Amino acid sequence: MPEIKTQDFSAASVAAIQNPKLRRALDRVASGFEVARLDRVAEATPEIWDAWRQQARDIKIHTIEHLDYYLDLLYTNVTAAGGQLHFAKDADQANEIVAHIARTRNVKVATKSKSMVSEELALNPVLESIGVEVWETDLGEYIIQLAEETPSHLVAPALHKSKEDVAELFSEKLGIPYDEDIYHMAATAREVLRDKFMEADLGISGANFVVAETGSLVIITNEGNGRLSTSAPRIHIGITGMEKVIPSMQDLSIFLRLLPRSATGQRITSYVSMTTGPRRSDDEDGPEEFHLVLVDNGRSRMLADPALREALYCIRCGACLNICPVYARIGGHAYGWVYPGPIGAVVSPMLVGLKQAKELPQASSLCGACREVCPIKIDIPRMLLDLRKKTAESPDLNIRSAPKSERILASLFSSLMSSPRLLSTAVGFANLLQKTERILPFSHLTKDRKWIRNSLVPPLSRWTRSRDLPALPKQTFRDIWNKELSRDDS
Amino acid sequence: MTATPGIRADLYVTCIIDQLYPNVGVSAVKVLRRLGVTVGFPEGQTCCGQPVYNTGFQNQARTLAKRVLAQFRDSEYVVVPSGSCAATIRVFYLELFADDPELLAEAKILASKTYEFSEFLVNVLNVQDASACGAVHKGTVTYHPSCHLLRELGVKTEPAKLLSSVPGLESRDLNGAEICCGFGGTFSVKFPHISEGMVTDKITNVQNSGAETLVACDMSCLMNMGGALNRQGSNIKIRHLAQILDSDSD
Repeated sequence: MPEIKTQDFSAASVAAIQNPKLRRALDRVASGFEVARLDRVAEATPEIWDAWRQQARDIKIHTIEHLDYYLDLLYTNVTAAGGQLHFAKDADQANEIVAHIARTRNVKVATKSKSMVSEELALNPVLESIGVEVWETDLGEYIIQLAEETPSHLVAPALHKSKEDVAELFSEKLGIPYDEDIYHMAATAREVLRDKFMEADLGISGANFVVAETGSLVIITNEGNGRLSTSAPRIHIGITGMEKVIPSMQDLSIFLRLLPRSATGQRITSYVSMTTGPRRSDDEDGPEEFHLVLVDNGRSRMLADPALREALYCIRCGACLNICPVYARIGGHAYGWVYPGPIGAVVSPMLVGLKQAKELPQASSLCGACREVCPIKIDIPRMLLDLRKKTAESPDLNIRSAPKSERILASLFSSLMSSPRLLSTAVGFANLLQKTERILPFSHLTKDRKWIRNSLVPPLSRWTRSRDLPALPKQTFRDIWNKELSRDDS
Repeated sequence: MTATPGIRADLYVTCIIDQLYPNVGVSAVKVLRRLGVTVGFPEGQTCCGQPVYNTGFQNQARTLAKRVLAQFRDSEYVVVPSGSCAATIRVFYLELFADDPELLAEAKILASKTYEFSEFLVNVLNVQDASACGAVHKGTVTYHPSCHLLRELGVKTEPAKLLSSVPGLESRDLNGAEICCGFGGTFSVKFPHISEGMVTDKITNVQNSGAETLVACDMSCLMNMGGALNRQGSNIKIRHLAQILDSDSD
């Protein structure tokens, strides 16, 4: 697995927010996707859109509840089509399966179409370590491979980079003159990669869906690189999470409607490629071997947990990232692992361990915008709350990781709030402190005494560093009610 | 006049209004009374438990939720001048007591009679026009739909309907209205840098709306936006919907 940096979330998000270049890139791309998505919803009509979402959700619920059956059916049909299905329980096993195929078939060059699961496995360094040259062929992935970075968005991996960044990168890594014309840069990448497609022995792809009834692998792309990677080399390996299985081709149609519309606002992508087995005897081209590697790597933990199971319904469209006001501020890298944004804040803790990623579920205002745009109606806020509950209360000490101070504060808070009398006394005391401002040297009132400014006491200080806090009024509502308001009623 | 006399409603004032914005509670009571409602205030009420629920401390949240269940057991209606606290009672209590059939049944009864202020006016009292409560407002106003009100309770049209019918009030559109203001309870102090970023975007849009007053149905969100506006020296006022319907009493 790639290096886990989820524990550095706070520091990484502070740095991200202070990066104006990142902000500009995020503003431009993510909000553009959302505007286009809204057009597609309007075009379908919100009622029909909602019916599509429910239909897709129902299919996902059914499939995940019967995952054993559909994986078995998929196995039967991949095999019947002449392919090989491999199950990998973790990243090491998945990487070893791919490495074994590469070694035994004497693979020298591999081209890859975009695959988030291969990022999750950190497959590229494993292949490189056995002497395989690996080329990312999705333009965004190619850019971040050259930059030796990781994706910052589920569908737009190089979203954090401006065209100037890319022009600089191309100039440095490819030894060409600096040219920030997007068309020229795309043409350069195309030229480099075209040769590699022809050279490659092995094509590696992800899968947006795998269809159990036919054993087919489905990928949707806009660049055609997926089709070249899966058909030109003599071996094709598809790698994906085991939750990507859907029952039938008929079920596929609803997902093909929802995924591009939700991801980029396109009605359909330029390419929808379906691969079933290797080339047959009467086919003119296509790979001699077809392998499908289905990865667990922590997914059974999600499956086993009824509160988090629906994270497995995700089709990785990225709509929740595009709408998320937190993602819009900090981008994808701050999340510290492969899957960013709201869905990443659920998936990453489940895959890398909640203790290591305990901040991710907290880093949300729970505004619910992600649930509203999710094409599968995944209730992300409810899962974030469940993860917070586990952090606070799990009997398993490997999971329960909320700081002791928070636990004490929560108990104090509930004791205070359990007694109106105690609460009144506390508020009265605070009011007294406020009146005799001199004995409260750590929180400063503004001149008009209406606001607290520049408090030095946390957590107040964390509020007043950029916002004022209203000072306590002379009376509480309870006081006013008792003095005058309660008697108004006849 | 559309109000139905003879309705009894208990006010769940919320801690933030009780302790920081008591006048909002006073306005809510006055408006309800003008509409013929007999208003009660169960005095043992404190916090609904949302801060501890949201941070994952569900045991502590249950302790507080049980108190709310007891305080409002005999209420005919419970009116909450906060989308967020109303959502806690209506939505989150059902999760909190999912494994306790007895308390779940009680929570469901409470949920069925609990309303956020604006939806109580429009959907229970059938107020179609804010002049029914004698409201007048001179000036320009923009409305921020708070997230829990909008997305947990699905209350979208009611506040706008009430606001637009206030004589003298001029509405101004708010860009990115449905984007969170960045409050999020403990989120605002756990990740102040992100929260500040969000509220900065929000108040920029508020300022660009050209409105003199920012209205919402949640004082917590208004405290966040108002605190940021004040720090920037802005003169834009923050008001709860109840204050506007009470003719902008301070």
